[in-house]
Amino acid sequence: MNDNTQNVLSMQNVVMQFGGVRAIDNLSLDVNKGEIVALIGPNGAGKTTAFNCITGIYTPTSGMVSFNGKNLKGNSPDEITRLGIARTFQNIRLFSNLTVFDNVLIAKHLRAKDNVFTATLRLNHAEEKRMREETAQLLKEQGLYELKDEIASSLPYGLQRHLEIARALATQPELLLLDEPAAGMNPQETQELTDFIVKIRDQYKLSIFMIEHHMDLVMQISERIYVLNFGKLIAQGTPDEIQSNPEVIEAYLGGSEDA
Amino acid sequence: MGPNRMINKEKRRNCICTLILIAAVLGICGFLEANKYSYSYAISIIERSMVYAVVAVSMNLVNGFTGLFSLGQAGFMALGAYVTAIFTIPVSQRASVYYISGINPVIAGIQLPIIVALILGGLVAAGVAALIGFPVLRLKSDYLAIATLGFAEIIRACIAAPQFDTITNGSYGLKSIPGFTNIFQPLALSVICIGLMVLLINSSYGRMFKAVREDEIAAEAMGINLFKTKELSFVISSFFAGVSGGMLAMFMRSIDSKTFQVALTYDILLIVVIGGIGSVTGSVIGAFIVTAGREILRFFDEPLMLGGVQVPLFRPGFRMVIFSILLMIVVLFYRKGLMGTNEFSWNGIFDFFKHPFKKKSKKMEGKA
Ligand SMILES: Nc1ncnc2c1ncn2[C@@H]1O[C@H](COP(=O)(O)OP(=O)(O)OP(=O)(O)O)[C@@H](O)[C@H]1O
Ligand SMILES: [Mg+2]
Repeated sequence: MNDNTQNVLSMQNVVMQFGGVRAIDNLSLDVNKGEIVALIGPNGAGKTTAFNCITGIYTPTSGMVSFNGKNLKGNSPDEITRLGIARTFQNIRLFSNLTVFDNVLIAKHLRAKDNVFTATLRLNHAEEKRMREETAQLLKEQGLYELKDEIASSLPYGLQRHLEIARALATQPELLLLDEPAAGMNPQETQELTDFIVKIRDQYKLSIFMIEHHMDLVMQISERIYVLNFGKLIAQGTPDEIQSNPEVIEAYLGGSEDA
Repeated sequence: MGPNRMINKEKRRNCICTLILIAAVLGICGFLEANKYSYSYAISIIERSMVYAVVAVSMNLVNGFTGLFSLGQAGFMALGAYVTAIFTIPVSQRASVYYISGINPVIAGIQLPIIVALILGGLVAAGVAALIGFPVLRLKSDYLAIATLGFAEIIRACIAAPQFDTITNGSYGLKSIPGFTNIFQPLALSVICIGLMVLLINSSYGRMFKAVREDEIAAEAMGINLFKTKELSFVISSFFAGVSGGMLAMFMRSIDSKTFQVALTYDILLIVVIGGIGSVTGSVIGAFIVTAGREILRFFDEPLMLGGVQVPLFRPGFRMVIFSILLMIVVLFYRKGLMGTNEFSWNGIFDFFKHPFKKKSKKMEGKA
């Protein structure tokens, strides 16, 4: 790790309490510019909850989340997206009854300069045209353009995951959060996804923070890994360090390999 | 070349079909207008259908396209209707309308052109919706329905309240409202209102409404402000409900607070459900079917004699039983309504006649 890396995301002593359950207990972590960082841990460890704290779905009970030095406290999920954090969901959340094209086009609207009157009366030609062109461009880059008129829910599972990532990219994020992108994929698909994640990181100049259970994927491309267990950070380090950490092996890797 | 030419040919065909349809509508309206004394019954059914079509589409905007289960339509119609009525009843006739408690001097002398009054009615409804929206739109589906229903009743109760007698004429209602002078007026008004709503639905904002309907959490993650988007849809819907209320006042020429009971909201809900939640053309077709159906079924309210014996069920009120049963059948067996979430299109019609069954099953797959 070189010292003058630029910090993008930082969580400091974040606690998330649901009634009597401490889903996240004093979690601190960092993601730096251009990095691929993984968050791993057994089921129910609090990984998705951490994402929800970052994206404003939950407000942490205490602690601080900041993005590019800005404290995110009090920002709603849409504002956080606008600031440059995009995400995908563990259980795919597409706009199921809309087309592939519209799924991405909707995400393009957050930087549009129009209002309901100009949009209704079609005085926003230029904006609409720009959004459509950018959508077409992105779909082409992603190899999804041929499917643009398909209804999202009619796509096979793997393509739905791909579309969800494309839709997240459409918001032009700086930081992309992926919640188990390889869930339900076979080894070959997982390998393709592994290369794909590196490719989009380079192509769109992203920092990527991902939750993943597939250790092949995690170990291949993560620069750093954080390990969560029962809401607590039990280890952090490079893939090599994590693989040889006895506590991690005890809590996670040793137990159930492909949980 | 080949497919391109096909598309052009289809386009031309659709264009011609549309022109024929417009000509037919204008022709029928012209014919009815020319013979308005012999067809007054048909005209009144058609005019009422046009008014209901506007409010049904406005309800669909919120319920079908934004996914909010709102049942406040009758309340917003009441606001629009009263504003329109108060400002269009000819000044000279106001003394006889408000003969019990007199008229508030502030409004006594103000008479507005009908269009201005209709827009004002819509704006008042929209303004009230904006206020109601703050507490109510944060609620989830069923609670939202109950809350909006409650607010609609509160609006109605306020209108009937004696404190407002000099404005709303309390329980006596308002009469002498200038009506439509010909069938083209409600036609033009409803075409404009529905046209604007269709433009909205197909705009970038309409897409955001649909995103919220599909998945609120994903919509937020795409940078859509949930509350603002819901509020926008709710306010615009209420604006058009208000305008349609004004149109209803013009159609009925006399209104009172009972006109806008919950039953009116149910009627509109029925139209939306029968037409297809999420289909504008469905709502328009539904408005005509329900309004006309209601009249045709009137026959069940008449006593029926069969071989000198009176059939026991045929008596006033039976019609509504039949109507409710029909609604139940639709909801149970034909949940998507006539149109589902599809819109009328010539291609759809022609495809349907070419392969009546194939097309349908394919569509179902796409939606499943
Ligand atoms: N909204 C909530 N209310 C109450 N408890 C919650 C809530 N969200 C999460 N939890 C609890 O927090 C804990 C962590 O859940 P979380 O979904 O973050 O786990 P995870 O690490 O993502 O697990 P998985 O690998 O299964 O996705 C669980 O015990 C869960 O029940
Ligand atoms: Mg999870």
